[in-house]
Amino acid sequence: MTARELDVEAIRADFPILARSVRDERPLVYLDSGATSQKPRQVLDAEREFYEHHNAAVHRGAHQLAEEATDAYEAARATIAAFIGAQTDEVVFTKNATEAVNLVAYAMSNAATAGDEFARMVVGPGDEVVVTEMEHHANLVPWQELCRRTGATLRWFGLTDEGRLDLSDLDELVNERTKLVALAHQSNVLGTVNPVATIAARAREVGALVLLDGAQSVPHMPVDVAALDADFLVFSGHKMLGPNGIGVLWGRRELLAGMPPFISGGSMIGVVRMEGATWADPPQRFEAGVPMAPQAVGLAAACDYLSAIGMDNVAAHEHALVEYALKQVGSIEGVRIIGPTDADGRGGAVSFTVEGIHPHDVGQVLDDRGLAVRVGHHCAWPLHRRYSVIATTRASFYLYNSFADVDALADGIREAQRFFGVARS
Amino acid sequence: MKLDAMYQEIILDHYRNPHHKGLRDPFNAESHHINPTCGDEVTLRVALDPAGAELDSAATVADVSYDSMGCSISQASASVMADLLIGKTVDEGLAVLDEFTTLMQSRGQGEPDEDVLEDAVAFAGVSQYPARIKCALLAWMAWKDATAKSLATEKEGAA
Repeated sequence: MTARELDVEAIRADFPILARSVRDERPLVYLDSGATSQKPRQVLDAEREFYEHHNAAVHRGAHQLAEEATDAYEAARATIAAFIGAQTDEVVFTKNATEAVNLVAYAMSNAATAGDEFARMVVGPGDEVVVTEMEHHANLVPWQELCRRTGATLRWFGLTDEGRLDLSDLDELVNERTKLVALAHQSNVLGTVNPVATIAARAREVGALVLLDGAQSVPHMPVDVAALDADFLVFSGHKMLGPNGIGVLWGRRELLAGMPPFISGGSMIGVVRMEGATWADPPQRFEAGVPMAPQAVGLAAACDYLSAIGMDNVAAHEHALVEYALKQVGSIEGVRIIGPTDADGRGGAVSFTVEGIHPHDVGQVLDDRGLAVRVGHHCAWPLHRRYSVIATTRASFYLYNSFADVDALADGIREAQRFFGVARS
Repeated sequence: MKLDAMYQEIILDHYRNPHHKGLRDPFNAESHHINPTCGDEVTLRVALDPAGAELDSAATVADVSYDSMGCSISQASASVMADLLIGKTVDEGLAVLDEFTTLMQSRGQGEPDEDVLEDAVAFAGVSQYPARIKCALLAWMAWKDATAKSLATEKEGAA
């Protein structure tokens, strides 16, 4: 491993919130980055700097501030595009990853009435959309809804007991009827990193499009859209040290050009008359209304922050943490890891159950000790049903977590077992 | 450590040994409630004894039976609720529900009336944790719903 070891103490010093205490002066141990990450001062400063010096509505007005704001917004787009190896005009800003998925799903149903040049995206009865049983609701419900609106059929990959995609019926599932395959790059519950290349290769054979949910991958590993062979990639800013309220849809240029808008209004137009309007070219076609320029600037600062550390190094750090966590937490009697117990092909989300204690109660004991984890079904209800559990407790790591955080988690689980009287030794 | 304030012994006792658990016949109406944030579920049945010729809110709660999956707070709350409501009239039960709801919304500042809430006063600590209030109210909401259905069915039948 050539990765540089992270200086976690130095990194933590950039995140003001990590210095606070919670619940009667307990130091905060933040293990919920899968839900949202904390923000370094560099990101907060970039957003503040924009507001203090350059704030104006972008792509409107001829005054100096409007020019500066527009430049900052478009420069942010270039930085974010470079971060994922994309062309700048292939990056569309959305509210979050959920909206980015919806943008594609609604473009597909809107395509039916948009004219011949949008025929590529039309779906209807007889067509199939393929997802997986491990999807976050954000990459499942929009496709259920698309199928409901258009009469297309939703199909899905099942999961193996080990927490991986079951690809045994890949050639049957992804077939000539398949219009689109939508899947998580990395599971937000299992941590599993999916074999995108294998699935994309099959999709290519049958002419299906591939949409990757990168909400849990882009923040945690190097992601290069050119190497991925996907058609669309969605992710959220707030999970990768950036501000809330900004997400990204990356799409191949020719596909974006062949998509009708999802949300319409100001900024996304060519010419408007009372009888109707024409649309702007992408990415503006998909960015109606005054956009989130300060958040784009903040997200670009987050990309710069991560790039300076190196995404290889971030990934290696998390790999080491997850390996340690699987050992320390997985070895506690009564704990069942939901997801691969092998750290390979797996990211930094560790979900588990503790025999005899409901995840809410586990979370409550951990919270009492200053540990922030997620409890529940993590917006992946079908996945939990697949493993016959109502809910799980999830610890998720990021570059600012240390091995001591993992120790605190293991201690907290043992304390929960003592508290609820289910400890066995 | 606030943990002991939340998980009072009464709550843990009811959690480990829930009262009135299991679905029973006869019943007037059944309700199934899910907490969408965590997936916890309760199926609850209400059996009412009419006070007069018609079934109305003067009826007595003859039985509350339930099947549930969930955390200690939701399980204990169902058990305590069944203890409290069986034998009361629907009107009295709704008044207890009001008192309990007020306590849950008190953010730890409530002064529960022990004469009304009995064992349910133990849930005062839960009101300090907004994320857990739904857990405590899950069975109560199912009871309210099943009771309303029982009375509505009676009205439909009479019409």
